[in-house]
Amino acid sequence: MNSSFYIALTGIIAATLRSATPLIFAALGGVFSEKSGVVNIALEGIMTTGAFFAVYGSYATGSPWMGILFAIISGAVMAAIHAYLSINLNADQVVSGVGINVFAGALTSYLIVKIFKTNSQTSVVNSLPYPSEAMAKVPIIGPILGELNWFVFIALILVFVSNYVLYKTPLGLRIRSVGEHPKAADTLGISVYKIRYLCVILSGVLAALGGATLSIGVMNLYRENMVSGRGFIALAAMIFGNWKPINSMWACMLFAFADTFQLFAKGFGWTIPGEFYAAFPYILTMLVLAGFVGKTQAPAADGVPYEKDNR
Amino acid sequence: MANVVEMKGITKVFPGTVANDNVDFTLEKGEIHVLLGENGAGKTTLMNVLYGLYQPEAGEIYINDKKVEIKSPKDAISLGIGMVHQHFMLIHNFTIAENMVLGQEPKKGALSIDMEKAKKDTKELADKYGFNIDPDSVIDDITVGQQQKVEILKALYRGAEILILDEPTAVLTPQEIQDFGIILKNLVKEGKSIILITHKLKEVMSMSDRVTIIRRGKYIDTVKTKDTDIDGLAEMMVGRKVNLIVEKNKPKIGDVILKVENLKALDHRGLPALRGINFELKAGEILGIAGVDGNGQTELIETIVGLRKATEGKVYLKGEDITGKTTREITDAGVGHIPEDRQKRGLVLKYSLLENSILGIHHRAPYSKGIMMNYGKIREHVNNLIKNFDIRTPNEDVNASALSGGNQQKLIVAREIEKDPDMIIAAQPTRGLDVGAIEYIHKRLVAERDNGRAVLLVSLELDEVMALSDRIAVIYDGEIVDILDVKDATEQKLGILMAGGTLHKGEKGGKNNE
Amino acid sequence: MNKESGNYIKKLALFRSFFISLLAIILALFISIFFVMWAKDFGFTASAKLLFTSIWKGSFGTKVNFIETLVFSTPLIFTGLAHSVAFKTGLFNIGVEGQFIMGSTVATLIGLIPGIPAPIHIPLTLGGGILAGMVWAGIPGYLKARVGTNEVVNTIMMNFIAMHLTNYLVMGPFHKPSSASTPLIQQSARLYRFLGSNNRLNVSLFIGLALAIVVYILLWKTTIGYEIRAVGLSPSSAEYGGINIKKNIILAMVISGAIAGMGGATHTMGVQLQSIQLFGFTNFGFDGIAVALVAKSNPIGVIFSAILFGALNYSSGTLMLYGIPKTIVYLIQGIIILFIAGEYMFRKIADRRKKGALVNE
Repeated sequence: MNSSFYIALTGIIAATLRSATPLIFAALGGVFSEKSGVVNIALEGIMTTGAFFAVYGSYATGSPWMGILFAIISGAVMAAIHAYLSINLNADQVVSGVGINVFAGALTSYLIVKIFKTNSQTSVVNSLPYPSEAMAKVPIIGPILGELNWFVFIALILVFVSNYVLYKTPLGLRIRSVGEHPKAADTLGISVYKIRYLCVILSGVLAALGGATLSIGVMNLYRENMVSGRGFIALAAMIFGNWKPINSMWACMLFAFADTFQLFAKGFGWTIPGEFYAAFPYILTMLVLAGFVGKTQAPAADGVPYEKDNR
Repeated sequence: MANVVEMKGITKVFPGTVANDNVDFTLEKGEIHVLLGENGAGKTTLMNVLYGLYQPEAGEIYINDKKVEIKSPKDAISLGIGMVHQHFMLIHNFTIAENMVLGQEPKKGALSIDMEKAKKDTKELADKYGFNIDPDSVIDDITVGQQQKVEILKALYRGAEILILDEPTAVLTPQEIQDFGIILKNLVKEGKSIILITHKLKEVMSMSDRVTIIRRGKYIDTVKTKDTDIDGLAEMMVGRKVNLIVEKNKPKIGDVILKVENLKALDHRGLPALRGINFELKAGEILGIAGVDGNGQTELIETIVGLRKATEGKVYLKGEDITGKTTREITDAGVGHIPEDRQKRGLVLKYSLLENSILGIHHRAPYSKGIMMNYGKIREHVNNLIKNFDIRTPNEDVNASALSGGNQQKLIVAREIEKDPDMIIAAQPTRGLDVGAIEYIHKRLVAERDNGRAVLLVSLELDEVMALSDRIAVIYDGEIVDILDVKDATEQKLGILMAGGTLHKGEKGGKNNE
Repeated sequence: MNKESGNYIKKLALFRSFFISLLAIILALFISIFFVMWAKDFGFTASAKLLFTSIWKGSFGTKVNFIETLVFSTPLIFTGLAHSVAFKTGLFNIGVEGQFIMGSTVATLIGLIPGIPAPIHIPLTLGGGILAGMVWAGIPGYLKARVGTNEVVNTIMMNFIAMHLTNYLVMGPFHKPSSASTPLIQQSARLYRFLGSNNRLNVSLFIGLALAIVVYILLWKTTIGYEIRAVGLSPSSAEYGGINIKKNIILAMVISGAIAGMGGATHTMGVQLQSIQLFGFTNFGFDGIAVALVAKSNPIGVIFSAILFGALNYSSGTLMLYGIPKTIVYLIQGIIILFIAGEYMFRKIADRRKKGALVNE
């Protein structure tokens, strides 16, 4: 095998996996939330706060693991706001999601100034340590493994765990029933509220992990506009993946590849304006949605607030 | 005999209305007890309280003489109460087995569902009661009658000793209703006690031991079925003498207004819903289409009015081919449509009566000129409707959602008739209405028929079809299997046709399917 | 047949809606006081005083600021109207931001063409911007109507594509050397600054106000508006009534995009006079969401709501001078949106009361 081609190939695969990881976390979050019937546009905003608080946690305690914990808590809190509005107050879930996105963006900007005293970027912090050299020594896939980080593994494991939970456990059956026909679940003694709260908060935790991947997984700081639409691309991946964990993962890989496309093209010496590469993931998303959405099916009660005392 | 259920002084209030006003109800062990009342009387509300879906404002419940608090369906289920709702509570894309065990899933190890056991238990239970079902079938693919059986099994699976059935016979043919009665008797033999909610007087007489009548949220009386009769029940239900017969003159038949030729269409899942419909409708007559829900009625109407595309066949209105035309073109050609779902189709609930009064004709003069609407003329129009059709409303600017079901339906009927159509399609025109509104709409439909209009009546209530129609067509599995003159039609004959059988000459009657 | 009580009911409902919006704003301001307290280590009353005086000073307090506030509010009138039309149809056109950007960019491109007399150049430039917005919204609209793709995700994608496309044009073919922008547009394509060319306020303000009235008439007095609102409230009933849902979805998106494009074009023609490289979004489109929500998608209400948010956003500069982070204004905006999301609950309760009015007739 041509050695430079091999290096390029492993580089692209590793880059795609790294790039897909935040999307996978967020898409899994979207799957849980929507499978239970709650639309969660706020993934973008929750990724933003997750990314920020991961850095803040590492900054405040010196430990990146605490950073992850901070991120998880921030995700749960932001999601809880969305959950309260959508589930208890029967709010329009899209409006609530947009509100969280605006609030999250403003909050992180505010906190950067307040805590780091700078305007758009935090200081460098400790990121999650990863044994690159040891990994690189693994036979065959070593070169790829050496360029990854722990988040990639966590994400992939979670995909299969999520699939198992949703399709093989009682909890998963109940989640899906609540998303399809909440009244039916209610009549069987299943608490629609509890299941939806669980799923929305879980989606916040997952999205926050996705944000943390961007800030302390790949880099070691938080910069404004770091998330730049990935939360929405994750939603598109979820739709393309027909609300299933494993299919959504493949969709995320596809979109991540669009992101890393530049490496590929540069390798072949193509000269296309940089803005085209930047726009490519978004164009691809639209094309994919247009081609495939007709063949997918959202949970029947997705986005419809459940009112208990409904005549 | 012991009381398995005793409800004392139940009061349930919703914003703006008292659904149950100090209602008492008892159920003895081993009896079949009917809860009778008009649409909107409060029967379902009372049972939803018993099943824990609603919390009452006042009152007490005793199960087997012990006072209980039923805060949710979970409590009800653990007390041995099971409920089969009017609109089925099944997850459409789950299998029968999954629906059966939802909420009480058998476990394999610590984490996963034991689907094999679920399927086995389902099959065993079904066989025990003589229900023929396949646990692996998806709900989307089974018939309505089978779905009902699944609902009953679901309750029995959870150990129900007290069964509440809400309008169970709405989806059954007359013969299936008889079979249903036998199923009930078998359940009673097993020691179950049954509450039936219905407004169908014939079934009350044939199936029950006792009847409790509710009227406008208030308890009226409890009688032994053998001590009363249909007219007696009707009077108690409505509070005055009710004329159950619709008076009509002989029809004055005119030209053919509607001709449907070999019409074929698919349903929303892409499966054949209409397999070649053929019939004619003439001016001055009422043609009733009878059939069990789900045999193509909805799709037939949608195809005729342009809400669904035909895949084959033709529809002619006054000789002109209207197949494939848009709803607006068909309305303009002279069709009025009273839809089967008044809230989802017939009205924009958040529009005022003013704005609803021109739905479908808003693009015509004098209501608009070019793109500018003429609200002055529209206001005149709606006030005419309100006056001529006795619609109860404070004024024309309230939202349609503020009206009662009966007045909403009157608004729709008024609007459609005032379009001066050559043909009126009336789909479930009296669904969910009280007797007063039902009588009014029946009278109006007959009046329009006497005015020379052609009326196509589609209804799941066989009594209504038989009372109003001049001819009756039976739809089964997407085809018109036969058309009878009303004087030749009996409930038994129609029942056979509705189930897919045929009538031989000499009234032998064909064999039932399923 | 009581006409007075009918009007009274309607007025009461209108008043209740605006009251809830007002409540959301007050609550949001109240919460933001705590953020000011945290930022400045002041007490509650000191923070409140600081916040409100700097907002007032920064927006209407001085003549210069008052004028600039109106300059800032004008695009918000357009984007608020654009969102309102979409909301009324039951759509969420987050793409107003991208449609605004495209309107602005295309206006620049046409505005750069030399040698066209103003009476032709101005309508041409404006028309180009409107057309750009129509196309940019029409694509997701078409996809939603024909294929069923969610307009939220698609329009967000179009926003990013608009930003990158603009940057390509600004830094590429239309680049002005040693700057991160295009050259200024021709004098013949500029909108008249009626307070003198040192003040950026221009006739686009009046165009916006006129547009609000046009949109009001469109929504409430025409058959187009009747159909659009019916589709937004109950698509199944609209379909039954012979209204073509697909056509109206596309139409509403196109109208919304046209308004957004007009906003971008007038902003370029009157204020910015060129296109600049974008490092992020302009936020005129996104701010329009809050504008429309607070105004309950009522076109006349949008005017006041736009001025409110214009004032808030513009005053952020002054806030910074007093050491309050300027992102406070976006915190306020986010909290307002959240409160308005929650207020749907009050609307539902009110509806239930009305529904129960004549039930046991």
